[in-house]
Amino acid sequence: MTKNLAGTSITNWNNYPRKEAVIESPLFEEDLTRFLIEGEPFIMRGNGRCYGDASLYSGVVSSLKLNRILQFDENAGVIRCQTGMLLSQVIDFILPKGWFLPVTPGTKFITVGGAVASDVHGKNHHKDGSFSNHIVSMRVLTPQGKIVVCSAHENSELFWFTCGGMGLTGIILDVSFSLKKVESGFITGKQIKARELNEILDLFDQFKAYTYSVAWIDCLKKGNSFGRSILMLGEHARKDEIKTRKIYPNTSGTLSVPFNFPSFVLNGYSLKAFNALYYAKNLKRSVQTLTPYEKFFYPLDSILNWNRIYGVNGFVQYQFVVPQKNGREGINTILKRISEQGWGSFLAVLKQFGSQEGLISFNTEGYTLALDIPINAKLFSFLDELDKIVKEYGGRIYLTKDARMKPEIFHQTYPHAEDFTKFLAATDPDKKLVSYLAKRLELK
Amino acid sequence: MKNILILGATSEVAIAVADLWAARSCNIMLAARNVNRLEPVKKDLTIRNGISVSLLEFDAEKTESHQGFYNQLQVKPDVVVCVFGYLGDHDLALSDWQECARILTINYLGAVSILNAVATDFEKNKRGVIVGVSSVAGDRGRQSNYLYGSAKSGFTAYLSGLRNRLFKSGIHVVTIKPGFINTRMLAGLSTPAMLTAQPKQVAAKILKAVNKKKNVVYVLPVWRWIMLIIKNIPEAIFKRLKL
Ligand SMILES: Cc1cc2nc3c(=O)[nH]c(=O)nc-3n(C[C@H](O)[C@H](O)[C@H](O)COP(=O)(O)OP(=O)(O)OC[C@H]3O[C@@H](n4cnc5c(N)ncnc54)[C@H](O)[C@@H]3O)c2cc1C
Repeated sequence: MTKNLAGTSITNWNNYPRKEAVIESPLFEEDLTRFLIEGEPFIMRGNGRCYGDASLYSGVVSSLKLNRILQFDENAGVIRCQTGMLLSQVIDFILPKGWFLPVTPGTKFITVGGAVASDVHGKNHHKDGSFSNHIVSMRVLTPQGKIVVCSAHENSELFWFTCGGMGLTGIILDVSFSLKKVESGFITGKQIKARELNEILDLFDQFKAYTYSVAWIDCLKKGNSFGRSILMLGEHARKDEIKTRKIYPNTSGTLSVPFNFPSFVLNGYSLKAFNALYYAKNLKRSVQTLTPYEKFFYPLDSILNWNRIYGVNGFVQYQFVVPQKNGREGINTILKRISEQGWGSFLAVLKQFGSQEGLISFNTEGYTLALDIPINAKLFSFLDELDKIVKEYGGRIYLTKDARMKPEIFHQTYPHAEDFTKFLAATDPDKKLVSYLAKRLELK
Repeated sequence: MKNILILGATSEVAIAVADLWAARSCNIMLAARNVNRLEPVKKDLTIRNGISVSLLEFDAEKTESHQGFYNQLQVKPDVVVCVFGYLGDHDLALSDWQECARILTINYLGAVSILNAVATDFEKNKRGVIVGVSSVAGDRGRQSNYLYGSAKSGFTAYLSGLRNRLFKSGIHVVTIKPGFINTRMLAGLSTPAMLTAQPKQVAAKILKAVNKKKNVVYVLPVWRWIMLIIKNIPEAIFKRLKL
C-alpha cells in the first residue's frame, strides 16, 4: 500500500461499520506483490457484499479490476478466472454455453475471490457442499510474497485455511473451478407452506432429494404458528420443460433504492404487514413454478441497494449454524428468543446444510438461520446472549456476516480456531494482510 | 476482419478500447512497456471472442526504435490508436530537466515518431484510420500543467496537419480530447463528477468517432464549451488567473 494518500470513507453491504481507508484498485497482478513488499498492511476487498468488517482496514486493495477469464474448457465445464470477476460476469459467459455456477449465494454480485474467502454456500449445500468443494486449484500470493498453487491435494493446508479464511492467509489470484451442466436458464420450483417450525424441519428431510431448498421463515409469529414458513425447492429446468420462451433468459433490469430510508420504516408493524402480504401471494399450500434463474436465486438483486432501506445506521445480519444433533431443539430455542424480542426482520432464511469438509469454513451439517436486524442500542448485548446459546448447541457464527462477535466466542466455537491462528502467525509474521475482523477476533 | 493496433495498451482506456473492438471480432495488437502484464487480458479476449491477440513490447520514449517496431509487424493494422501519455510531475519538471524532457518526449516526440511510420505505410496503401488521444490541456497553456499541455498542444496540431495531408489518400485521422478520466474507480472522486469520464465511456467515444469519421471529439461535450471559454479569455486577463 502506498503511504500518505487521502482516505476515503468505506463500508460494506450492511453499512456497518463505516471506516476511513486508503483504497487501491490495481490493474495488474504484479501490483499486488508490490503492495505486499512496500509495507503498509491492507486487506483484499471484492465487491463489498459481506456484512461487516471482513474486507475493511486502513488499507484496502480492491480486486475488481482483476476480472479476466484465463481458461475455459467448454466440454469439461471448467473455468479459470481472476479473483475479481463477479459471479454475474461468470454467468453471463457460461450460461449461453449450457453451464451454471456449482454453488451460488443469494446475490450474484460477489467476486470469485470473495466466494472462496468466505467459502460461500447456496441453496444446494445439502447436495453439493460449499464453493470450495468445486475448486480444481487456485493460485495464492502469500503474505511473504510467494505465489503458491494449491488445491485439496496440493499444499492442502494453505488451501483449506484459505477457503473460509477471510483473506487472511494470502491474496487469491485466480481460481479454477468446475461448473454445473444445465439445459436452460430456468428453474422449476415448488413452494410449500409450513404451519409451524417442526413441520418445516420435517419438510426439509422429506424433500432432501431436491437440488435446491431453502425456507423463508416468519420470526415474529408466536403460539401455534411459531416458525411458520415457506419452503422453496428447485431444479434446473430441462429443455423440454421450457415451452415458448427463450431457453436462456435475458438478464433482467434492476430497480434501485436511491437513498437511505429512515429506520422507523422498519418497525414491527411494517414487518408484520410484509409477512401478511407474502402469505397472501401463496394461497394454496403447494405451488409449482417455472422461473428465470435470477428470480429464483437472486430475488433481491433486482432491487439494487435494497440494503439502504435499513437507514444510515446500518444493520447486522445474524447467521449461525447449529449441528444436526440437537439441531431441532437449538433452532427452536434461538428462534423463540428472537421472536420474543420482536426485532426479527422479513429476511429470515432457514436452510439445512449437508456434511462439509474444511478447516475454517462456516458450513457444517445442521440447520442455519440468517436474519437482518437494524442496529439499535440494545442489539449487541442481545446478540451476545444469542451467541452463548449457539455455542451451547455446538454451533457457530458466519464470519462473512459478522461485525460484532466477541473473540472468545469465535475461538470457542470454530473447531480449528487455534490451528488457524497459529498458521496465520507462521505465514504472516510481519502482519501484512490484516482486517478489522482479524483485529476484533484476535486472529492477527 | 480488421486489425487494431493499440499503442500504450496498459492504460484502462486502452484496455476498454480493446474490449470493445475484440467484441466486434477484430484482431488486437496490444503494444506497451512490460507488455506481459496484459497476458490475462490477452487470454480473456481470445477466449471470449475467438480472435487473435498479440502482445508487443513498445516504449513510447524510445523514438529511435519506432520505425523498426512498425516494420516488424507481421500484419499491418487497419486502425491505430495512439493512447499513451505521461502526465509527469509538473513541479518537479520545472527544476528537473530529465522529468521535463520525459513529459515532452512521450507526449509529443514519441507520438510523432511512431505515427510518422504509420502514416507513411497507410498513405502508400491508401487506407487506414489513425486515432490520437490528445488532451484538453493542449487547448491553452495554464501555469499548473503547461509542460504536459504544450506537448499535447503540439500533438493536437500534428494530428490536424496529418488529417489534412492524408485526407486525399482516403485516410481518416481522429483527435480525441478527454477531460478528466476516472481511472481509480473506488478511490473517491477528486475531480467533479460532471467533468469526469469513465474509461469505458472514452473507449465508446473512440469507436463511435472512428465509425462516424469524426475529426475532433471532446469525450464529454461540456469540455468543448469550457475550453471555448478558456481559449477566449484575453491574454491580459488570462495571465492573472490562477488556473
Ligand atoms: C444479498 C446477499 C445475499 C447473500 N447470500 C449468501 C448466501 O446465500 N450464502 C453465502 O455463503 N453468503 C451469502 N452472502 C454473503 C457473500 O456471499 C459473501 O460475503 C462474499 O464473500 C462477498 O464477496 P465479495 O466479493 O463482495 O467480497 P467482500 O465482501 O469484499 O469480502 C469478503 C471476504 O473476502 C475476502 N477477499 C475478497 N477478495 C479476496 C482475494 N482476492 N483474496 C483473498 N481474500 C479476498 C475479503 O478480505 C473478505 O474477507 C450474501 C450477501 C448478500 C449481500
